[in-house]
Formats: sequence, structure tokens, C-alpha cells
Amino acid sequence: MIRFILTRLSLLIPTFIGITLAAFFLIRLVPGDPIETMAGERGIDPARHEQLKKDFGLDRPLLVQYGIYIGRVLQGDLGKSVVTRESVLTEFQTLFPATVELGICAILFALILGIPAGILAAVRRNSIFDHGVMGLSLTGYSMPIFWWGLILILLFSVQLGLTPVSGRIDVLYYIEPVTGFLLIDSLFSDDEGAFLSALEHLILPTIVLGTVPLAVIARMTRSAMLEVLGEDYIRTAKAKGLSRFRIIALHALRNAMIPVVTVIGLQIGVLFTGAILTETIFSWPGIGKWLIEAIFRRDYPVLQGGILLVGAIVMSVNLIVDLTYGLINPRIRHTR
Amino acid sequence: MKKSALFAAICVPAFLAAAPLAAKTLVYCSEGSPENFYPGINTTGTSFDVNEHIYDNIVDFERGGTKVVPGLAEKWDISADGTVYTFHLRKNAKFHSNKNFKPTRNLNADDIVFMFERQWKEENPYFKVTSPNHSYFTDMGMPKLLKSVEKVDDYTVKITLNQPEAPFLSNLAMQWAGVQSKEYADAMLKAGTPEKIDQDPIGSGPFTLVNYQKDAIVRFKAFPEYWGGKAKIDDLVFAITPDASVRWAKLQKGECHVMPYPNPADLEAIKKDSNVTLMDQPGLNIGYLAYNTTKKPFDDVRVRKALNMAINKKALVQAIYLDSGVPATNPIPPAQWSYNKSIKDDEYNPEAAKKLLAEAGFANGFETDLWSLPVQRPYNPNGKRMAELMQADLAKIGVKAEIKSYEWGEYRKRAQAGEHQMAQLGWTGDNGDPDNFLHTLLGCASAQSASGSNIAKWCYKPYDDLVTKAKVVTNQAERTKLYEQAQVIFKEQAPWFTIAHAVQLKPVRKEVVDFKLSPFGRHTFYGVDIKGK
Repeated sequence: MIRFILTRLSLLIPTFIGITLAAFFLIRLVPGDPIETMAGERGIDPARHEQLKKDFGLDRPLLVQYGIYIGRVLQGDLGKSVVTRESVLTEFQTLFPATVELGICAILFALILGIPAGILAAVRRNSIFDHGVMGLSLTGYSMPIFWWGLILILLFSVQLGLTPVSGRIDVLYYIEPVTGFLLIDSLFSDDEGAFLSALEHLILPTIVLGTVPLAVIARMTRSAMLEVLGEDYIRTAKAKGLSRFRIIALHALRNAMIPVVTVIGLQIGVLFTGAILTETIFSWPGIGKWLIEAIFRRDYPVLQGGILLVGAIVMSVNLIVDLTYGLINPRIRHTR
Repeated sequence: MKKSALFAAICVPAFLAAAPLAAKTLVYCSEGSPENFYPGINTTGTSFDVNEHIYDNIVDFERGGTKVVPGLAEKWDISADGTVYTFHLRKNAKFHSNKNFKPTRNLNADDIVFMFERQWKEENPYFKVTSPNHSYFTDMGMPKLLKSVEKVDDYTVKITLNQPEAPFLSNLAMQWAGVQSKEYADAMLKAGTPEKIDQDPIGSGPFTLVNYQKDAIVRFKAFPEYWGGKAKIDDLVFAITPDASVRWAKLQKGECHVMPYPNPADLEAIKKDSNVTLMDQPGLNIGYLAYNTTKKPFDDVRVRKALNMAINKKALVQAIYLDSGVPATNPIPPAQWSYNKSIKDDEYNPEAAKKLLAEAGFANGFETDLWSLPVQRPYNPNGKRMAELMQADLAKIGVKAEIKSYEWGEYRKRAQAGEHQMAQLGWTGDNGDPDNFLHTLLGCASAQSASGSNIAKWCYKPYDDLVTKAKVVTNQAERTKLYEQAQVIFKEQAPWFTIAHAVQLKPVRKEVVDFKLSPFGRHTFYGVDIKGK
């Protein structure tokens, strides 16, 4: 097991270097630089442009800039945003909990609805329920997030007045960030109602961000279950006279979960992509919107740092997912 | 699974009515986060909107206008030659305080001198703090213009210029000249945390910053000791809402009171909502198509005039701007003082245009390029579509225009270098002075510089004499006359096809009292009240 983890960890190193290279050089392939982008219509005098490039360290050869950057990254310094002049790591730490909070809720929403729906659809194969679940999941998967978010806002917030339109909490509440997770911070705050307000604000973004993973998980669970339900050992279990529930919940589900867990791991990456749009619609102060803005403004340090950190997180999550295989199915052991 | 079920239970829908408001709170659904809290390096309107409430200037623009009125300076004297400005500061302007710092004195001349020196003198310990890129200070020509800034006594500051500059006062009312506390700066420098003054700001403005959460909220409280009297509202909240349709949904639901930049598709619904007023005003901007007057065939005024007559401006504006633009006649917007109302626009007349082209020796038309703006700008919502409509109109008089475009930074740089024959561009006024349009965009100095804003490269002496003279004359009536004449020459010489002035549209809830549209597109809430609270 330890050897497996070490092998996997050592594989992370080239991936990490790949990410830094891609993040560093791809951004610089995009025409324009942060100084020009800031100048707008007024333009900038070439001499001053050069001076500012020097001040921001953008005047050196690219490889030298990359070397300096990597040196700093290894010391834990991701640089400062060109626009806000705030440390990239500080900005990330401020914004990331919001993305995680939303991401956890979205994935839980997807799991809690997706797995039972997938199981039921498989068990009642070709029933109306099965067709309904598959039809809905296909619709959910194909739904443009932006459109879906606006429709939900119009219906639930504007028409029915059930949920707030956007934001993380009602503007009346001020919760000093301690953990950065508003559900936790508001729960321990003195403000009555702050926690419920934070909950209310999570409903629509959770649904919107969770829709695609929900659809994928439901479909994956169904097909994995169908495959497992046709196996010999299931027939044996039936022949032994085990209850239907026991067969499905213990014998079939556990084996069917392996591909589903892999998909869940992959959905973490999808969640980050979806977060960009969801956060923009719901004015959710997470890292998705932060990165998009950095692209528009050619904020190199933010993009490089942000991509690196997100990459590291996605890789770590997938490593953890791989490790859980062994827990789900004892036949898969990572020792050798 | 049990644990996740528990967690999920936390995330399950719950509905609760919001707690009642204790104080008068105005919520503004802003479009984005401020860059930081140092106006000297800010470049976006979003940042200015925030910092305008925290900091004061020596002089201000009157609310809802471009007229310069007293700010931190109660009055000022200008020497006869227009080069020495003596400002007499008010003695009752107090600074805010925060967890880092409690001021021991009122605002005085030291703070004003600090504001200039921080942006001007490289040896100032604050010059490079946060950023050395003091873009507006440089762009408004301050380094060349300023000779000295001296403290005469605690409440008097004398500024000497290298040459007279009529728009100087207007320049000082711009946000880059927001005054920070020198005492705070000194204390933070001593503590080894100079950047704090730009992160936890202390100003003397009508609101103090209570807290800022990036991409979520900016929270202000009315400053009770503000020299102009406490604001009518108690709390001001900027709820950062980047999507225009979501801003509208929030306004509709009463989650905010004022919103900027509505989505054109929502305008019909906004107009119909009985709880909302849609305020509108042509902004201080212009969208134009510049002819490169140094390149053939655009060095011939007849060709330029012919093209001006060939494009159907009314249809173009209707198609591109919908309700949010008015056709432009002059290079300055109607809201700008000195706008010459007597000038008639070139009529749309393709036949006359053809004749004029034939006179100029282009009976069969000619081929040209047509640069289309690669990005959406406040004065031009869709450069590409606009270029296509222009191309179709020009084809009718035999002019074959090839549409070209570049990445935005590249586009501007190449246009400023004069690589184009025809290029779309535009401008949003900085300081409410006609000089900012008529001299900056059309003067000879700017035409001759490779990074100047005069992309028509139009240098016409009779015009340039007028706008250069108007720059040094301090009498506004006299300046108005000069600028009116300059606009006549502009129209005759036609270096641009003036397209449109974008109208700023602002949906405001009916309970908001006395909100005024700023010609600069700013959103200021000092002086604004909320009914029934």
C-alpha cells in the first residue's frame, strides 16, 4: 500500500511540472500583456510600458521568468496579482472555501439523488421509471448551465419568491470568516438566522452545479448495476434465497460502485469547470470567477498560481479515489 | 454514507424570512470587485465607485454633473498667468479610523502634498508600495505639468505648473487624486506594513469601509463626522453581482436598490415594472470610425465626406445600440459643456456621396480596410456587426472594405501607430473637460505621437490652434467659444465618421430618493435617501 502511494506520488511530479509549464507558457501565447490590458483606450507610452514591464519582472527572457517563477513556487511564493497587488495565495485562500462548500453540496446532491435513481432504474429496467430517469438525466447532462441557472432564478426566486437570487448570505449578516465555510462560520456566529440564510443561498447553486454530476452518476450507476446484476454470483445469491434487498444493497451495489467512484473522482474536475459558470450566475465568491477575470486581464500570477493549485487539488482527489477502490472491493489491493 | 447523509441534510433547502432592517441600508448591485483601495493606481470604474465613497478630493465634480465644486479645498486662487493654484483647505475634515490606526489630527496640507508625491516622486517611500503604476496621474500629464507642490501653512497648499492648463482643476476632481492620510502612511511605514494603507483604507470621505469580501460584498457605514454632514443612509452595501440578468432579478425582488449596466434583453421588462424607474442619460462618451488622414485616399477631405454620407447612421445605431445609443454629430457628447448644438450632421445620401467620390477621382470606388473593434466597449456594443453594416453601405457607393481585427491591446497599439485606413474606436471622458476629447483625440501632438490617441492622425492647424489656445485660457465662456468653433472645423474636415453616444441606463427602485446619474458613469450614494424607512 505504501509503495503504491509512493509510486502514485512520484507520478505527480512530472504532472506538476507539466501543469506549471502549460500554465506559464499558454497564457503568454495569448496576445496582449497585463499592462496594455489595463491601459484601455488611453494607451501607454512605449518607454513607460518598458519601465512597468521591468517593475513587474516581465522584461526578462521567458525561460528566465519561468525559472524565477518555479524557484519561488518551491518556496511557497506564488507571487502577487498584477491587478489587485494582493498575494495570489491569500486570494486563493479567501475564495477557495466558497468553491469547496458549493462543490461538496453539489456532489452530495448528485450522490444522494443519483445513486438511488440509478439503482432503481437498473432494478426496474425498461419500466417507466427507468425511461423517466434516463430521459431526465440526458436532459440534465445536456442542459447549458447558464440557462439552467437563470431559469431556476426566474422561477424560484423571482416568480415564487422561495429562494434568494444570488450571493452567499443575506447582506444584513456580516460573518467574520474563520474557516471560510459560511455554513460552519454562521452556525457558530451570534447572528440568529445567519445559518439559515446561508443555507437558503446554497439551494439553487447546489442544484445547478450538481445537475451534470447527478446525471452522470445516475447513468453510470444504472449501467454498472445492470452489468453486475447479470453476473453469476448474483444468480447464486438469488438461488440461495437471499432477500432482494440484500442482493442489491450488499452483493451488487458494492461491486457496481467501482466505476461509479472513478466517475465521481473525475467529476471533481467537471465541478471546477461548472463552478466557473455557476459562480458567475449566482455571484458566488469562489475561484471560478477569479480565474476567468484573470484571463481577461492577463493577470499572469493569478492564472499560474490558480491553475497550479486547482491542478494539485484535482490530482489529490483522484489519488484518494484510487485508494478507496481497495476499501470498496477487497479484491483490489494496492500491495505487491 | 451516513456521514454524507448528515452533511446533505445541512445542504437541504430551508426557507427563512430575512431579519428586519435596523438602519437605513442601501444596497447597490455592483458589477465586480474593486482592484484595491488605492485610487492612485485604479483603472476601472468599478474601483472608482468604491473608493469615491472613502476618499475626498481637493475639488469635486458636482453631483450629477461635470462642474467643479469645492471639496477639501473651500476655495482657491489662480494666478493671472494660470500657473499658480493656491488651495485653502477646510479645517474640519476628519479622517476615519480603523483597527490599525486612530488619527490624531484633521486633514491638512501634509496629506495633500503626500497625495501628489506618492504618485510623482520616485524617492517617496510609498511610490512603489502596492504598485508603481500610477496610470491616471501619468496619463493626465501630471509629471510634465507639475513644477512644485508646496505646503504654505497647515491649511494652504500652493501648486505651481510649468505652463497654464485650463483642465487642471477638473483633473484634480478625478478619482486618482483621492487623498490618503499621511499620518496613517507614516505609522504603517514605521510598523513595516506600508501596504496596509491600501488594504484597510482610511480616508475623509462620507463613508468608512467596514469590510470587504472579494467578489462578494463591500460594506460601508456612514461617517458621522463627515465635513459635509452625515449621509442620509446609515449603511451602504455593494452586493457584487457580475451577471446583468441576475442583477435585474435581484432588483426586481428588492434585494438591491440600484443596479448598473442592464442587459438590453431585460429593458422591456424593466420599463414595465411599476417598482422601478429606468433612468437614462447620454454618457460622456463617443464611438467613432477614424479615417487615417495620412493615407490615401483618406487624405482627401472629399473622400472622407463622401463616406460620411454613405453610411446610414440612423439604421446603424438602431441595429447596434437598440435603445442605448443616440446618433453622434460632434466629437463630444451633448452632456459636455461647449457642445455645439448648431452643427448639422452629414445627411445620409449615397447618390451625393458617389458624386463626391467621382469628383475626388474615385468614380469607380476603391478598396480599403475597415478595422472592427475586437471587444465590447461602453461606446460600442458590437464592433464586428457594426463593421458588417458599414461594409454593406460602403459597397453601395463602390467602396470595397475588407474587415480586419486584432486582439484588443494589439488593435489599439497598431491603430495608434496609424497602420489602418479606417478603424473603429471610441472614448469615455475622464474629467468632464472638452479638452479631454477635442485636444486629446484630435490635436496635433497626439497625431504625431506613436502612442497618441489621435488615430485619424489628423493634424489640422486651424483646428489645433483653437484647441491649444482653449487649453491655456481660464475663462470658461471664452473656452466655450473656442471649442464651438473647433467643432465646426471638425465637421467640415471630417476626420471621423461620428457614430453614437452610448446612453447610460440605470434601473433604480422607486423607494430610492435623489439618486443622480453621473455623466462619468460613476455611482455615488452620498446625498441619496431611502423612502419609508
